Amino acid sequence: MTAAPARLTLEGIVKRFGTFRANDNVSLKIAKGSIHAILGENGAGKSTLMNVIYGLYEQDGGRILSNGKEVRITDPREAMALGIGMVHQHFKQVNTMSVVENVVLGLPGRQILNLDEDRRRIKELADELGSEIDPDQPMWTLPIGTQQRVEILKMLYRDADLLILDEPTSVLTPTEIKAFFVLLEKLRESGRTILLITHKLDEVMDLADRVTVMRLGRVEAELEIANTTPRELARVMVGRDVVFDIQHAPPKVGDPVLELDEITAVDDRGIGALHGLSLTVRGGEILGIVGIDGNGQGELAEAIAGLRSISQGRIAICGQDASGFDPSERKSVLKMGYVPEDRQKVGLDLDSDIAFNMVLRSFRAPPFSKYGWIDFKKIRAHAVDLAERYDIRMQSVSQRVRDLSGGNQQKIILAREIEDNPKLLVVAQPTKGLDVGAIEFVQRTLLAQRDQGTGVLYISSELEELLLVADRLAVIFKGRIIGDMPASEATSEKLGLLMTGRELA
Amino acid sequence: MSSETLTDARTSRLLTVIRVIYMLKTVWAVIVALLIGAIFILLAGGDPIEGYTALFKGAFLDYWGIGDTLVRMSPLLLAGLAVIIPLRAGLFNIGAEGQIYIGALFATIAALYLPGFLPGWIRIILCMMAGALGGGMWAAIPGLLKAYRGTNEIITSLLLSYVAIYLIGAVLHAWLIEPGAPYPYSREIDKSLELPIFMPRTQAHVGIMVAWAAAILVAVMLWRTTLGQAIQVVGHNKHASSYAGLSVKRLTVLSFAMGGAMGGLAGTFEVLGLKYRLFDHFSPGYGMQGIIVAFLAALNPIGAIFAAIFLAGLQVGAGSMQRATGIDTTMVAALQGLVVLCVAVGLAFKFHPDRWRRRIAAWRGNE
Repeated sequence: MTAAPARLTLEGIVKRFGTFRANDNVSLKIAKGSIHAILGENGAGKSTLMNVIYGLYEQDGGRILSNGKEVRITDPREAMALGIGMVHQHFKQVNTMSVVENVVLGLPGRQILNLDEDRRRIKELADELGSEIDPDQPMWTLPIGTQQRVEILKMLYRDADLLILDEPTSVLTPTEIKAFFVLLEKLRESGRTILLITHKLDEVMDLADRVTVMRLGRVEAELEIANTTPRELARVMVGRDVVFDIQHAPPKVGDPVLELDEITAVDDRGIGALHGLSLTVRGGEILGIVGIDGNGQGELAEAIAGLRSISQGRIAICGQDASGFDPSERKSVLKMGYVPEDRQKVGLDLDSDIAFNMVLRSFRAPPFSKYGWIDFKKIRAHAVDLAERYDIRMQSVSQRVRDLSGGNQQKIILAREIEDNPKLLVVAQPTKGLDVGAIEFVQRTLLAQRDQGTGVLYISSELEELLLVADRLAVIFKGRIIGDMPASEATSEKLGLLMTGRELA
Repeated sequence: MSSETLTDARTSRLLTVIRVIYMLKTVWAVIVALLIGAIFILLAGGDPIEGYTALFKGAFLDYWGIGDTLVRMSPLLLAGLAVIIPLRAGLFNIGAEGQIYIGALFATIAALYLPGFLPGWIRIILCMMAGALGGGMWAAIPGLLKAYRGTNEIITSLLLSYVAIYLIGAVLHAWLIEPGAPYPYSREIDKSLELPIFMPRTQAHVGIMVAWAAAILVAVMLWRTTLGQAIQVVGHNKHASSYAGLSVKRLTVLSFAMGGAMGGLAGTFEVLGLKYRLFDHFSPGYGMQGIIVAFLAALNPIGAIFAAIFLAGLQVGAGSMQRATGIDTTMVAALQGLVVLCVAVGLAFKFHPDRWRRRIAAWRGNE
């Protein structure tokens, strides 16, 4: 393994933004034909480093060696010429064009296209990778997983033998992830080198040969996967011990705070999503909703929050019929906090500042406004206080939320939804896209709420997370709850059966 | 070490200067547009320096010119506000022209038919309210269609303008026309309803001051009230608005109606302050020019005051330029187009502190 020559070597890379060192003396060696992972929390400097390698940024110090020769990369085209290709988290594709058109788009030296030849070569490459791709299919008709393959194909078509993949699994479904792993192994077998940027520990453990762990712009460790454990990686990544088994006392269960009685609702396309769903959450417990994505979880959360109307049934919050209350009244009057699944599209106004987002759902009422006049002084003071208590990393509360990391954005929402002591807290996929440190923070916060007597409805597609945090689990399948059990009696096997719609005998 | 901190201080000072230069990009765009316009004037056989001098003197340095510029500014500013308010909620009001006409119609009817025993100033206020109401109701139509039927507001508001213009023609012909008039215009409004002139011997009426006050009120509304913040959240993100408990539908209609009220006021002042009658086809496209005002002002209501003064000055100065130098007034239309083009190009220049820091470092390195 160590005998393989280095495909790419970085020596003491420094990249500064102003006085901030995004990369501070970063060195690493990527062996030819290996999968090398770069692991780190959001903001650890991974993306900066990749952009340096790919020529989008130029380093302020240090050397890059490609196949042992020192190179200067000032432009992605130069990177491509060196056989370095990058697949971005957000694909660079033209949706209305076909696969073959997307692949040849921008190839240098082409004035007249001969797409037949390209089709043939694309088919060949796809076969080599074991994927079925029709070169003439328009991009937008392909599932995300296949679009990603096309993106990789595009790089291989340009003879890239070092692929940089930036958080490649963040857009994929669990099934697609499995297929993607197989693809990566095929690429490694064919002698290509892969640089995988991720903040997901299990991916690194499953796939990589070596891992470089970054924190605060520096390399914390470079480890052989065979000689490490997830716990060690997490500790290096976060800089302290991460407690995977959150110990929590048995719940002190109180009165019901949420009662759903046979509710029915449709999704955005008007197709039935909830079919007579019933459940109860009591104060002081966390009820986890388990299920395969797309079984009505999103609609369930929105119905409770008042963002989606129900056609039948009844929703009661703290014993009171919720039907007459709009989303913000459910927060202010019924004492319900809601952390929506899509924090950027629903939970925040990205173009407003931190301070305003902290009162997004309450700025129209005292103390933040009176007779229609906004009191920005109070709003700012309020935000400064919350930012400190929830450890939100920022320059000032007048910073735009768009410029914050995902973890900090989620903290703003949590702070806002929790600070007025809700009786009921509904959280949908609260850890999606967050790094280990932020996930831990979210879970601790929810547990603390539970211990204060709040009832929590925790909707997540991360089974392990629910098993860790929830007191009780309910399985949702095709818009109904088809089974529930105390977390202590739950096993992955039992839940797995229920999740696919098989009732327990 | 100390030399490094010194360089840092110099760099950050330089960056501040560059940031200010970027902030003034509309000004640079206008200057570039005038320079390109100078080439056109040269090609047309004129003397640009002479021409521009005549233009700016005529618009801004002459007592009567200033009066004319302000008179012209009033409808431009109000039409600009008619575009700005809905656009802050993410909605395109292309129909300020129609709102101006309907506002003028409502104001005229009020002026002609309000009982004469009411004091003049009360009737003036009622006329203004009628005009604002008319424009607001007209604009509420595309707002309602957008909110409850999802109809594209750009198209409905634009097409409703034509409906409004011809509706005024029909109403004039059928009802309001002065008996014996050679072409469609209404009877004259009562002397007591003519807006007071605040610059003697010019046409500068108090409607101009009301327009300024309206711009300030819109600014206060947008930046200091819950309503204004709500409108802007809707403009940023509709999903987050619903989550925040804001009624996107209600705010859609409301922001359109408020914009329409501004347009209606513009029409009102054309009748009460300037023409003293309702004329068929009285507006030379103020509504469309309101879009330019909103754009030049980058949706800032206070900025709209300056944008409207600038545009009005160009239009008023065009006459002086033609008289003094023989350069055709249509040159100003070209100039207006160039200004829009250059400001649009200017939008592409964004201040990236990091890039400048790198450039500065490179220059220092070469020294």
